[in-house]
Amino acid sequence: MDLTELLEIGEKERQAERSIRIRVCVAAGCLSANAQAVKQSLETAVAEAGLSDSVQVAGVGCMGLCSGGPLVAVDPENILYEKVTTADAPSIVAALQSGAPATARQADFNHPFFTKQVPIVLENSGKIDPERIEDYIAANGYQPLYHALREMKPGDVVDTITKSGLRGRGGAGYPTGLKWGLVAKVKSERKFIVCNADEGDPGAFMDRSVLESDPHRVLEGMAIAAYAVGATQGFVYVRGEYPLAISRLQTAIRQARKLGLLGSQIFESPFDFRIDLRIGAGAFVCGEETALMGSIEGKRGTPRPRPPYPAEHGLWGFPTLINNVETFANVPAIIRNGADWFAKIGTEKSKGTKVFALAGKIQNTGLIEVPMGTTLRTIIEEMGGGVPDGGVVKAVQTGGPSGGCIPAQALDTPVDYESLAGLGSIMGSGGMIVMDQQNNMVDVAHFFMEFCMDESCGKCVPCRAGTAQIHHLLSKVREGRAVAQDLDTLDRLCTMVKQTSLCGLGQSAPNPVLSTLRYFRPEYEAFLSKPEGAAEAASDDRVPAPPAR
Amino acid sequence: MLSVSRWDGPTQGVIMASATATAKTQGNGRIPTKGLAADNRQKMLAAAMKRHQYQADALIEVLHTAQELYGYLDPELLVYIAQGLKLPPSRVYGVATFYHFFSLKPKGRHTCVVCMGTACYVKGAATLVKTVEDYAKVRSGETRSDGSMSLIQARCIGACGIAPAVVLDGVVVGNQTPDSVVTHVKGWIENGSDRTA
Repeated sequence: MDLTELLEIGEKERQAERSIRIRVCVAAGCLSANAQAVKQSLETAVAEAGLSDSVQVAGVGCMGLCSGGPLVAVDPENILYEKVTTADAPSIVAALQSGAPATARQADFNHPFFTKQVPIVLENSGKIDPERIEDYIAANGYQPLYHALREMKPGDVVDTITKSGLRGRGGAGYPTGLKWGLVAKVKSERKFIVCNADEGDPGAFMDRSVLESDPHRVLEGMAIAAYAVGATQGFVYVRGEYPLAISRLQTAIRQARKLGLLGSQIFESPFDFRIDLRIGAGAFVCGEETALMGSIEGKRGTPRPRPPYPAEHGLWGFPTLINNVETFANVPAIIRNGADWFAKIGTEKSKGTKVFALAGKIQNTGLIEVPMGTTLRTIIEEMGGGVPDGGVVKAVQTGGPSGGCIPAQALDTPVDYESLAGLGSIMGSGGMIVMDQQNNMVDVAHFFMEFCMDESCGKCVPCRAGTAQIHHLLSKVREGRAVAQDLDTLDRLCTMVKQTSLCGLGQSAPNPVLSTLRYFRPEYEAFLSKPEGAAEAASDDRVPAPPAR
Repeated sequence: MLSVSRWDGPTQGVIMASATATAKTQGNGRIPTKGLAADNRQKMLAAAMKRHQYQADALIEVLHTAQELYGYLDPELLVYIAQGLKLPPSRVYGVATFYHFFSLKPKGRHTCVVCMGTACYVKGAATLVKTVEDYAKVRSGETRSDGSMSLIQARCIGACGIAPAVVLDGVVVGNQTPDSVVTHVKGWIENGSDRTA
C-alpha cells in the first residue's frame, strides 16, 4: 500500500456514491429502538420506488441525539428524521421525489444541540459506515498515518502532540505529549501501546460510541502513537459489556490488516505494528492503568503502586503507553491539521474539544462534542433543552463514581479540567448526568458509594474498609438513625480514604459524598434523627464488619 | 514448563475437592479430559486454548470462551482450564471470581438484566429491580428455584440515552417502566414463552 493506492481507494468510493444518501444510525442506542428494521424497510422502499440507482441506504454510526432514535438523515437535503418507524419508510422515500413532507417527525438541525458542536473526535460519526474501511479512507482516513510515517520523524510527531496541548481524555488530564515523550525516551527492545476502552463509569458512553461509529480513527491514532514512541504491538482493552463495539473493532482490525495499514512495513516504511483486542470481564478498577495491565496479562485486575509508571515498567515489564479512546481519536486530526489549529480551540490550559454523554433528567439525551470552556449552562439548558416536563436542574453529576455533584448555582462554570476540579468534581471521561428536584442527594451519594464499595478490589485497606464504613454511615443517615456528629465522622473518613488509598478508585471514591456534603448539606441534616431519639441512635454507633467478598 | 505438582498442594480450597489432582498434561500438549465430558464444547474449549498457545496470559480470553460454551464456570471446568494453561487452580479460581462477568452458578433459562448505571438509576432503575424481585419472587443476582429466569443488575450497559434500560435475553430495550418489564417477565414465568421483545 502506498499513498496513490490509498487515494485511489478513496476516489473509487466517492465515485460509487449515489446522488442521494439515506443514513440510518445503527449504533447501540438506535439499534435497541429497532433501527435495523427501519433500515431494511427503507431499502425495500427504495427498491420498490425503482430508485436503487440514485439512492443509497447506509448504516452509519452515532448521530448524537439518542433520545430521538431511531434517527434517519437524508443527504444532500440535510434533513434529519427522528423516532422513525418502519411505517414511515415509504413516505420518506416518496418525499425524495415529490418533496411532500414525510410522515416521520423532522428534527431541527438548527437547534443549539447541533449548531454549538465542534466535531473533531466525532467528525465522521454518523456520516460513514463504521464497517467499511473504504468509507473511512474516502473521508481522508489513514492519510495522517502516511504523513507521520513517511514525512515526519518520531520525535516530530511527539513534538506536534506536545505543542497541540492535548491532554488525556480519560479524566485525569495528563498532557499526552509529555507521556509520549517519556515512553519514547526509554530504551527497550519492546514497547507496547494500550488503548483504554474500559469505560466503566456508569452514565458514560462516549468511548463506546466512538468505537461503534469510527473504529478506524482509534486504530490510526494508535498506529501514529506507536510510530512516535517506537512500539510494535498494541492492545485495545474493551469492556465485555459492549458487544457491538467489540465486533466492529474486530472487523476494523481485519480490514486494516488486509490492506496493509496494520501489520508489517506499513506504507512501505520499516514500521511494523499489530493490534490485538482484549475483552474486559466487568471490573471497574480495570480502568486504572496498572490494574488494566494486570488484566491484559490474564490476572486479577489489582493496581500496584506507581512509580514505576507504565512508561518505564508496563506490560510484562516493558515500557507501555496507555491512552484513552478519545485521546487516540484526536491524534489523526492533529497530525492532519497541525498543532496550532488544535491549540486554538478551547481554553488556555485545556485545549481542543470534549465529548460528553448527556443523560438523566434532560430533554435531549445523547452525545455532544463541544470546545473546552463551554459553560455547563450552555450544555444543559441550550443544547440539552433542560429538564423535561418543566422540572428544574438541581445538580449535574460529572465524572461518575469518581466525580462530584455540581449544584445548579455553579452552572455558569466553563467546562475544563481545572474548573471542574475546583468545584470538587472531575472532568472524568465525559459522563454528564442531570438531576432534578426528585433526586435526593444523599440517595445519590449512597448509590455511588455502594458502587465503589462493590468495585473496590480489596488490595488496600483504606479503600476496602473505608468505602464499606462510608457506605454504612450513609445508610445510617438515610434510615434516620444518624446524629450531627456522624456527618463530621463521614467528612473525616472521606478525607482519610481520599488521601491514603492506593489507586484512583479509592482516592476519588469519596468525591460524590464530599461534594454533596459541601453543596447539599441541608439534605443530609434533614435525615438526622430528632433530639429525643439522639441517645438511642448514638448507642448504635458500632459499625459492622464489611461484607464478605 | 511448570509441573502439574505446582498446584497439587493442600491450600487450594474448594476446587481441590473435585480436582483431578493426579491428571498430567500429556507430552504432545493435548489436555486430559478427565472430569469433563468429551463433547463438542470441550473440543472447542481445547481448540481455544491451543489457539492461544496455552499461554497463561490468555486465561481471561479462555474463561470468556468457556462461559460462552457452558453458560457458567463450574469447578471442574476451572480445573480443566488450569491444567490446560498450566496454572494453579487457585489462580484460575481467583480470576474467575474477581470479575463480575464470570458466573460460577448456572443461570436461568431466561435472563433479565436491569441496568443500574447512574442515568438509569436517576430514572428509576431501582424501582424496576424491586418490581421484578417482588413479582418473580427472586432476589437480584439470583435464579428462580424453577430455573425459569435469573435477575441480574448491570453496572452500566452504556445505553444511557434510552434510560432506564433492561436487557431481556440479550436484547436491549430502553425507556422501560415497571409494567413493561413485568409484562416480559410474566411470559417467561407463566407460559414458558420464549418471546423476548
